Amino acid sequence: MQKLDSRLTATVVAATIFGLLQILMTRGLINPYIQTILCYAGIMVISALGLNLIYGYTGQFSLGHAAFFGIGAYTSALVTRILPNNSSSWALFPALMVAGISAGSIALLIGLPILRLKSDYLGIATLGFGMIVNVLFKNSDKVIPAMGGAAGMRGITRLTTFAVVFIWVFLAVLILRNLVYSGIGRALLSIREDEIAAEAVGINTTKYKTIGFVIGCIFAGVAGGLYAHLYTYLNPDNFDFLKSIDVLLIVVIGGMGSISGTVLAAVTWVSLLEGLRIVLPSPVQEWRMVLYPLLLIIFMLVRPAGAMGGTEFGFLKTKDYRRR
Amino acid sequence: MINGLQLGFVYALIALGYTMVYGIVRLINFAHGDVFMIGTYLGFFALASWHLPLPAAIIIAMLGCAVLGITIEKLAYKPLRNAPRISALITAIGVSLFLEYFTSLKFVFGPYFRAYPRPFAVKAYCVGDVTVSNIQLIVFAVATLLMVGLTLFVNKTKTGLAMRAVSYDHSTARLMGINVDSIISITFGIGAALAGAGGVLYGIAYPQIHPFMGIMPGLKAFVAAVLGGIGIIPGAMLGAVIMGVVEKLTEVYISSTLRDAAAFGILIIVLLARPSGILGRKEREKV
Amino acid sequence: MNELLKIQGLRKNFGGLVAVNNFSLSLLPGSLTGLIGPNGAGKTTVFNLITGMIEPSAGSIIFREKEIVGLKPYQIYQLGIGRTFQNIRLFKDLTVLDNVRVAYHHRGEYGLFDAIIHTPRFQKEEKMVAERTRELLSVLGLRLKEQELAKSLPYGEQRRLEIARALIAEPQLLLLDEPAAGMNPAEACRLMELIQFIRERFNLTILLIEHQMQVVMGVCEQVVVMDFGEIIAVGPPDQIRNNPRVIEAYLGKTLHERIC
Repeated sequence: MQKLDSRLTATVVAATIFGLLQILMTRGLINPYIQTILCYAGIMVISALGLNLIYGYTGQFSLGHAAFFGIGAYTSALVTRILPNNSSSWALFPALMVAGISAGSIALLIGLPILRLKSDYLGIATLGFGMIVNVLFKNSDKVIPAMGGAAGMRGITRLTTFAVVFIWVFLAVLILRNLVYSGIGRALLSIREDEIAAEAVGINTTKYKTIGFVIGCIFAGVAGGLYAHLYTYLNPDNFDFLKSIDVLLIVVIGGMGSISGTVLAAVTWVSLLEGLRIVLPSPVQEWRMVLYPLLLIIFMLVRPAGAMGGTEFGFLKTKDYRRR
Repeated sequence: MINGLQLGFVYALIALGYTMVYGIVRLINFAHGDVFMIGTYLGFFALASWHLPLPAAIIIAMLGCAVLGITIEKLAYKPLRNAPRISALITAIGVSLFLEYFTSLKFVFGPYFRAYPRPFAVKAYCVGDVTVSNIQLIVFAVATLLMVGLTLFVNKTKTGLAMRAVSYDHSTARLMGINVDSIISITFGIGAALAGAGGVLYGIAYPQIHPFMGIMPGLKAFVAAVLGGIGIIPGAMLGAVIMGVVEKLTEVYISSTLRDAAAFGILIIVLLARPSGILGRKEREKV
Repeated sequence: MNELLKIQGLRKNFGGLVAVNNFSLSLLPGSLTGLIGPNGAGKTTVFNLITGMIEPSAGSIIFREKEIVGLKPYQIYQLGIGRTFQNIRLFKDLTVLDNVRVAYHHRGEYGLFDAIIHTPRFQKEEKMVAERTRELLSVLGLRLKEQELAKSLPYGEQRRLEIARALIAEPQLLLLDEPAAGMNPAEACRLMELIQFIRERFNLTILLIEHQMQVVMGVCEQVVVMDFGEIIAVGPPDQIRNNPRVIEAYLGKTLHERIC
């Protein structure tokens, strides 16, 4: 029992201290704008971890991640709208459950037919799916007026706090890490490495691809729910394929199949975008979005494998994975 | 319907670039839609600022885009040729974003809409039930000319043969004495040039332009290329025409907001039935 | 009958091309059979048909008295047929340990839920899987390299790793596709010794494709010769060596050399 527990305890203790510290600081020292950014960073971490499972670990190229993010966002907002006691933080939990379940169910539905496709084609099919969902959001007011259609959905109660986000990030990392360092994780990796060989050694690739995809989309859905209750306004344009690409960027930059890499990359990405906004003086603000892609290109040219491709911070690994 | 064909032909010019580049380096060139946009703007300046006739504008756009395409390849994609494919893809995304945002800086093109000049008056011709405008005729003519030219080039010339060889296997082509690097550059150049021409045609057909105009047509052209079978030139043309027609038909008969969804819906259905695209060759993996 | 594997009338068409035609074979438990023939004779296709990677156009394949045509590859593996590939197909970026562990996954008695929260049952099963894997690695001389990435192993060890991966789930039939490819005669002989060793140790029936005839002659009890998708001869090595049709198919090659 000791081998897992000591590392786990270390993580738990460190994280809890960190978390508490942040909350205290938030009370007094960090302004609300930065708070929101920190929350957003956490949300992107969760979403990116989901895509990392789908793409980084299982090798399924999905360009529709933002669609599941959006599905989670809208469904969670609808749930809190109809709950009686929707101004308390406790309303968020069932909303997030629904968000995750709805994203996951739809992932299951389209995953079964679509995951048969080979890499690039799968990417395009998921891209197409994302576009269709986007259009559906834009026309949603014809079915559910509260969703607001192209004008967007307003009036969502702000329930997401940094503490809440932090807990969910912690859970996401823990779940993903446990999954990855298990037989199921290895099965997913084998699919990424060589799908034919994986089939030849007893892995039901259809089943596992679907598992990876559904769980990854559940993560996206939960992240979407947190997002909805942070910014309190949902616009369909925030769930288009450009947003899917943002998440993909994070996963690739962080390094495929690396939890720590994804976390770092998500935080860095959000900080970079916001940081540029703060650092650049007003007359050259418009250069922000010119510098960002340039930095991206340079980074990819310098480090094509991503920041931590294939490697992980030690405390995340389980015992038999650590190099002697 | 004619509108759909017109749109389809323009998409085809863009789609060809995607399919050729994918065929030769297995890269989804996300920046291609923005090269198209730059072609449109080059044509704009040729027509509006320098008052050149349309053919000259098209040629300028094609040349300009070819240079741009080759430059992008040399700077951003070539260094990553041996890196994981996804890295080149991300770089392509970076290039795309860069082109979009850089050109929307005020001292470049500016983030606003501009109206495309038409160097002649619009005339409509009636053939039986069908009304065709001279703009549509120009689009059909130029696009067809370019597509035929490309097909002849690829199938009948030595360079075209080299291009096909490289698209099968780089190392073998190299062993046969083909300068793979220059073939790749040529491919990018031609693809970009076609997109540039498509850009000018798009501009005169749909006269409102802005720096982000390349995103949706680029995306749809890419989908079209996949629909027809990525890497297959006739496939790109076929797919593009289908996309254009479906889009316009949906817009007219169903609803304009659903038109994008219809096009992508068709894509998914086709892929599920024919995973390599309509004309796609099934790449058999040797076990 | 007590045949382990019984193939009857197997045929595979690819469009107009007949890759395999009227292929019939019976394997008794514990036997070591060689499948040889010139390049393109259809040998790997037969393997692919047995393991379910492609579907036959006609014929039946009965393994342990059950028809396995139509089953998916992973099901066939779980029934007890392991295979290696002509071009090594290891999981390159995974460790040696993981490469083999993955193939034992379906024997682990835990589900998704256990994996997510690492229940005691999960931990127990993981330990069991790891121990079994390590045992096998030791037998095949790969234990010390368990944390190395598969792609960093030398060629000979990669071949052995692939064999280990095929063996971990205790198959009864092992299909080896040109295991000695790319090896010089000395290495090939050592490999053949290993194959005989594992046959004894793990009670296996082995069907082995080999292009280098000389290597196979010393080891196999029975040899099946294919050409153009059909069987042209079956019998013990000595008989095959003198068979005129076989000699013709291998025009010019010396059949009388034995190097092991």
